[in-house]
Amino acid sequence: MIEIQNITKSFGDRKVLHGISGVFEKGKPNLIIGASGTGKSVLLKCIVELVVPDEGKVFFDNRNFTDSDRSKKIEIRREIGMLFQGGALFDSKNVEENVRFPLDMLANMPRDEKQDRVNLVLNRVGLKGANKKMPSELSGGMRKRVGIARAIVNNPRYLFCDEPNSGLDPQTSILIDELIRDLTEDYDTTTIVVTHDMNSVLGIGENIMFIYQGQKLWEGSKTDITHSGIKELDDFVFANKVMIALKESGKG
Amino acid sequence: MKEVGRYFIFLSNLLVNRESFKTHYKLVIDECVLIGLDSIFLFVLVSSFMGAVSTVQTAFNLVAPYIPRYVISQVVREMTVLELAPTVMAIIYAGKVGSSMAGNLGTMRITEQIDALEVMGINSVNYLVLPKITASVLMFPMLVIVSGVCALLGGYVVGLLTGILSPTEYIYGIRYAFNPFTITFALIKSIAFGFLVSSISSFKGYYTTGGALEVGISSTKAVTTSVIAILLADYLLAQLLLSPA
Repeated sequence: MIEIQNITKSFGDRKVLHGISGVFEKGKPNLIIGASGTGKSVLLKCIVELVVPDEGKVFFDNRNFTDSDRSKKIEIRREIGMLFQGGALFDSKNVEENVRFPLDMLANMPRDEKQDRVNLVLNRVGLKGANKKMPSELSGGMRKRVGIARAIVNNPRYLFCDEPNSGLDPQTSILIDELIRDLTEDYDTTTIVVTHDMNSVLGIGENIMFIYQGQKLWEGSKTDITHSGIKELDDFVFANKVMIALKESGKG
Repeated sequence: MKEVGRYFIFLSNLLVNRESFKTHYKLVIDECVLIGLDSIFLFVLVSSFMGAVSTVQTAFNLVAPYIPRYVISQVVREMTVLELAPTVMAIIYAGKVGSSMAGNLGTMRITEQIDALEVMGINSVNYLVLPKITASVLMFPMLVIVSGVCALLGGYVVGLLTGILSPTEYIYGIRYAFNPFTITFALIKSIAFGFLVSSISSFKGYYTTGGALEVGISSTKAVTTSVIAILLADYLLAQLLLSPA
């Protein structure tokens, strides 16, 4: 479980996060949703302190991350797996080396065991046999899957995904969503997914936080999202024609 | 001043939360290959021509008949060892290696590869930058030695081919009134320049924000700042180590 309290962040004069608090539960995907530029990714980066918040605290399973010293933070960070928007694969390393990287750097295990683990996770994300491909040879969806494989290879307790479906076709998006949900359930991780994709929201949105202009406006599940009564959320949810059609047909 | 402060904080992070020696050893070797082997052709080419041109131009200026011809190679030696090999080559080094370092780190920054390292609990400054600086401090003095030798050889060949001075005169001039400290001075300078170029370029690249355009801007800034730092350090070192007591 991850708890955030009063996370506030400004860039110069522009305040991008206004005291956001919330709890992200274990074993199910937690979604942070909102339109582009509302501060979702900044919030995610504040949680892992890739961006240091101006105010607020973050607790990882009741461990105070914000006030921890450097070594304690590193200890907690080593329990985190993160999928970045573009995959953030190391260009100079092939798929296998990318996925094995956290094990090489952080795990003390024999080489054969590492190789088995790499093959296992690559198989898990549907990339069996892609070991020797370079990142430049991969499609967007494959890069994301390699990113997920690298994020989970070290059995993380916390899994963060920043826009896992951006730039992907709907079918691949669904595959990635299902993969994230399955991994979260199988490994019992605390997973936070930042997205603005309504397909993801309706597919895996168990616990959803809606951010609007840096403020948390709503929290709930996918079953409640279509009748929240909040104008900003309705504008976001019913921004595409499929959702509008669903609403008009009375199924929304 | 804020930027200078940030640079020193950046340097202080180099040695915090270090990776193992084994990891660094491999990374340093990789960087040495990138920095050294990939630059050697350019260094040989530029310094050979610099030596050749210096010989011709010095001969052109020394027209008085009472000045012995071997003075030409003596002047070429002093110019090469004191300034051309360490300083001019450092400026070329900043253009080739420095811009590449800044571009490489800048690309890693904007594609979130550096963030990926940080999230894993790896000190990205230590992991990415320390091997570059170590390799640069090791390789640049070697490149300067190669450059000095090539410049003197270039002068020798052009002297021989054009008949400006005989091989015996050239060698005599090279050895005449030689002060070995100039070599030590050149090596001290090269270590300082190797450090400055790699650390400044890494700093500029590491803190790139934005996209591909900003990576290009960072590379340009890395070269400009490195060149300014080289010139300042050149003057300071000369003042400190060569000025008469």
